Amino acid sequence: MAEIRNYTINFGPQHPSAHGVLRLVLELDGEVVERADPHIGLLHRGTEKLAETRTWVQSVPYMDRLDYVSMMCNEHAYCMAIEKLLGVQVPERAQYIRVMFDEVTRILNHLLNIGTHALDIGAMTMVLYTFREREDLMDVYEAVSGARMHAAYYRPGGVYRDLPDRMPKYEVNRFKNEKTVRELNANREGSLLDFLEDFTNRFPTYCDEYETLLTDNRIWKQRTVGIGVVSPEQALAWGFTGPMLRGSGIAWDLRKKQPYEVYDRVDFDIPIGKNGDCYDRYLCRMEEMRQSNRIIKQCIDWLRKNPGPVITDNHKVAPPAREDMKSNMEELIHHFKLFTEGIHVPKGEVYAAVEHPKGEFGVYAVSDGANKPYRLKLRAPGFAHLAAMDDIARGHMIADVVAIIGTMDVVFGEIDR
Amino acid sequence: MSAKLERLSQTLRDVFGDTLQSLVVDCGEVTIEVAAADYLQVARTLRDHADLHFEQLVDISGLDYSAFGNAPWSGRRFASAAHLTSVRHNWRLRLRAFADDDEFPVLDSVVDVWPSANWYERESFDLYGIMYSGHPDLRRILTDYGFVGHPFRKDFPVSGYVEMRYDPEQGRVVYQPVTIEPRENTPRIVREENYGDVGNG
Repeated sequence: MAEIRNYTINFGPQHPSAHGVLRLVLELDGEVVERADPHIGLLHRGTEKLAETRTWVQSVPYMDRLDYVSMMCNEHAYCMAIEKLLGVQVPERAQYIRVMFDEVTRILNHLLNIGTHALDIGAMTMVLYTFREREDLMDVYEAVSGARMHAAYYRPGGVYRDLPDRMPKYEVNRFKNEKTVRELNANREGSLLDFLEDFTNRFPTYCDEYETLLTDNRIWKQRTVGIGVVSPEQALAWGFTGPMLRGSGIAWDLRKKQPYEVYDRVDFDIPIGKNGDCYDRYLCRMEEMRQSNRIIKQCIDWLRKNPGPVITDNHKVAPPAREDMKSNMEELIHHFKLFTEGIHVPKGEVYAAVEHPKGEFGVYAVSDGANKPYRLKLRAPGFAHLAAMDDIARGHMIADVVAIIGTMDVVFGEIDR
Repeated sequence: MSAKLERLSQTLRDVFGDTLQSLVVDCGEVTIEVAAADYLQVARTLRDHADLHFEQLVDISGLDYSAFGNAPWSGRRFASAAHLTSVRHNWRLRLRAFADDDEFPVLDSVVDVWPSANWYERESFDLYGIMYSGHPDLRRILTDYGFVGHPFRKDFPVSGYVEMRYDPEQGRVVYQPVTIEPRENTPRIVREENYGDVGNG
């Protein structure tokens, strides 16, 4: 009789389908997973500890680097926590800008997720399509903040500056002649809002393209239907949020249930799944992108009609305008104090959560009245999702583990912090 | 205070009575504090009681209060704060319990109540050294294999104690005491009450 024994293999940390630095110890019986033990922490940078040694505003750029595919949503939760503690009001225009960029971020994140998920399980074309659209949205990020990814655009009390009147343009070089450049710049002649509106008009067609490639694709369905099924009860018990929870049929979305900023004034729907498998979650994400597109359109309309301040005029929180600082003693003092000592946040503790593309991203901030946080705990949605890896993957084939990692949308910046 | 928070805090008072050491409503959030001995029982009731029904544990955060307010801290040092959500009632709660012993902080594990507590408690153990009794698998999670100490404690330096480098002579990676000096660009300052109050902005 042949000797039968279980194999234990390392999946990652260098495996391309591990979405970063996940070391997954798999105990296998043939091809069937008996136990999955994720080892995380390979990207642990101690963001929370670092934040304790920096002033409140200095930590904003660290937030970008948590979930590095949905940068502005992380900043949003952090700024909301500070604003809640301080009790400052954010100007309405800033709220609309934030909502608009949250949704841009959601599309960015879902595009990456769907593209790489498809790539992982064999559909090469998707990633080429989705990265094409990501490029446009990255340009929007760049136009508004100067950085393609790590924007540091949201600030406590509002956003760093108003939307720019013009988009950066391509220039003629030895690879692109004048005609090509003119075509590329066709939708960049106006302001950022014009460019974004052009994008929102094109985007539904792109979504149809993705759906043509995947939704009825036999191989895609064979790899995702019935894989990684999560019942609604399990999803709640495991602390799932976002598309992982909605895929199981629970209509829970913070944008609707506990609206922040101006989400109660925009019109959108929440898609939910039925079977709780990878395919349903894919469909949810697809529909969420279309809904985000709707929200962006409404925000563009509103922002066109309503100019105004984009950051609070409370100069204990936000710095005064440069001109005022040069001409007014009081403002000079405010400026000096803000940039040497920082904001003093009153004693207290607060938990601010946003509906991040991956789920509920929460910031638990404890302040003792100093110019730095006393404790900052970041609640990353991916952390809870990955924690359930063992329960979800057990009994699946080893190839399905890749599909499950893809559907969880894990990004190690936020899980390891 | 909104009617909803009022209803939640009243229900909590009715259900738990004297078990609550404190109930604070601040910034639109409810925080309750219980003794370490009651922690597990309270957690179970919070989940199962029909009028509370916190079916989801969102987060557990370790806390080290030893440097709070830049002044000597008189109370107990380590605490664990759990954030709960009720999907049915659409409300949130923060549940905090202080560990009785500062030298060897122990709290009951709530893994049996909410399975999602598993990794959060591992993280809190890793970073703060809080022991969760009854946890099925209390291993380190975020720090390196073989890491010594609990890095988020307030007496642990930001730069740590050891650094890692490749040693060409031995042909492998070695650990050595840190060579960088800690520096603080902006000092940590606690001013008098209401200093920099945004109301005067």
